[in-house]
Amino acid sequence: MKGVRHYPGFLAMAVACLVILYAPLIVVTGYSFNGSTSITTWGGFSWRWYADVFTGPDAPRFKAAAWNSITIAILAATTATAIAVAASVAMIRGGRFKGKSATFALINLPLMVPEIVTAVATLIFFSAIGLTTGYMTILIAHITFCIPFAYLPIAARLQGIEETYEQAARDLYATRAQAFRLILLPLMMPGILSGFLLAFIISLDDFIITNFVKGAGMETLPTAIFGSVKQGIKPNIMAISTMMLAVSVLFVTLSYLVNRIGQRTRS
Amino acid sequence: MAGGMTPAPQGNGTGYRAIVGPLLIPTWVMIGIFLVLPVLLMAVYSFLTKEFRGGVVWDFTLAAYDQFFLNRGLFGDEPPVIEWTYITIFWRSIWQAALATLICLIVGFPTAWFIATRPARTRAVWLFLVTVPYWVNLLIRTVSLKFLIRENGPLNESLMALGLITDPLPLVNTNLAVQLGLFYSYLPFMVLPVYAAVERYNFALSEAAADLYASRWVTLREIVLPVVKPGIIAGCILVFVPSLGAFLAPDLLGGAKTFMIGSLIDEQFRGSQGNWPFGAAAAMILMTLVLIVLTVYARAQTKGDAR
Repeated sequence: MKGVRHYPGFLAMAVACLVILYAPLIVVTGYSFNGSTSITTWGGFSWRWYADVFTGPDAPRFKAAAWNSITIAILAATTATAIAVAASVAMIRGGRFKGKSATFALINLPLMVPEIVTAVATLIFFSAIGLTTGYMTILIAHITFCIPFAYLPIAARLQGIEETYEQAARDLYATRAQAFRLILLPLMMPGILSGFLLAFIISLDDFIITNFVKGAGMETLPTAIFGSVKQGIKPNIMAISTMMLAVSVLFVTLSYLVNRIGQRTRS
Repeated sequence: MAGGMTPAPQGNGTGYRAIVGPLLIPTWVMIGIFLVLPVLLMAVYSFLTKEFRGGVVWDFTLAAYDQFFLNRGLFGDEPPVIEWTYITIFWRSIWQAALATLICLIVGFPTAWFIATRPARTRAVWLFLVTVPYWVNLLIRTVSLKFLIRENGPLNESLMALGLITDPLPLVNTNLAVQLGLFYSYLPFMVLPVYAAVERYNFALSEAAADLYASRWVTLREIVLPVVKPGIIAGCILVFVPSLGAFLAPDLLGGAKTFMIGSLIDEQFRGSQGNWPFGAAAAMILMTLVLIVLTVYARAQTKGDAR
């Protein structure tokens, strides 16, 4: 049995894969605790760069950028998730309708168009209609490209929910809205949470599109970090990176747990 | 009562059919107005005349495409010859992306296979470990890589401490660094779809091949690869397409000699040096390349389904 599944060297490759993926992250995490001002020499364990992020000379800039990033991510993910819930109900519970495959292509379009093209097109559009670039334009762009990321887990979840529960509710004189709110929505919840988390992290992650539509003086965390890194990697950047890394790990763990709970409720 | 006896046709029993339109309006409006319309407008802009302080004048011209493909001399009055500057940049992007895809496949396939053949419990752990970097900010990952491989970085220091090299390897600002960056950025995109395909693979096929005296590697080539091909192709698309238009890896890890499409386009929209119609034209050409790749992929998919 083991024979056909085993290939010599594949274990080594899998380990190499993990080493490649994690080595840079582990090294930067390690050096973020470096007490020395130089990024090359080790000056003992210290929290000083974390303190520097919150109280140092760059602190106001990073705080403003973090605030923008987080509020945009929450607003964009919430809106995209709401849009995706409506779309997935129409696509999966709406039966056959005209323009269904076109709508499907439209939902997936943000994944197909290269990011840099979306960035250019969006900037041109905002400039053509005379909208000043800033917080609002970033938010609009983020909502748009977050839709497919929110849609995919929600639609996958909805596909696995049988219609019989809602039909039973409708047979017992529940209105469509009641059947949705009391039956379908709770059943969809794990998918909705996954979709929200994915959209949130995608919004928080975005650099290219944000960099095009942010306008002067407006920063999110990735654009602020990019601006700093252009002048060389400083230790406080490594501290910020490590904190963002921690947030990402927290989110992926959350979404993993949500999925596990979802699988349990389905069976 | 008869209605309760016969199963309701799909989508009819829940009453959403009547409100499909209203449910989809937000999607149509957001993606239609803020993505489809902008892309169409970008196509129009690529035929406009550049304005000197950035932006455009509404005079239709082929100047942007002309500048991309043809060289008419300094004053534009010489007979046109092919302009290689931008074609070279596109060509470099294409082979960098293709190479990154190949290396991701070489590392990603064995990894995906290995994970898919683990017992359920350890498989979940491996899968989790491979997924985490996908969720980590791409900018942070690229910066971390730069920190690791830079001239006086930990990689060079440890190689020198081990006595493997005497002088630090000049990795940053080379094609190799950009290649490493692309590979590092998109490796999880290869592993996950290939894993999904291998997980569905019926290992009885391999056993049958082994019973008929096929060696491991013959089985891999003749049986496994054709069966999991859809997953491999999906992985290749997911790595190739973003690599082609990548901005962060070439910009942070590369230099002037490693310029790729993403940086070329980005440059056209920076300040007064920019040239919006030219940037729009370059973006159009990039999008056309991606559309060709996706169309070939879709063709291959439908052919595979028909078989």
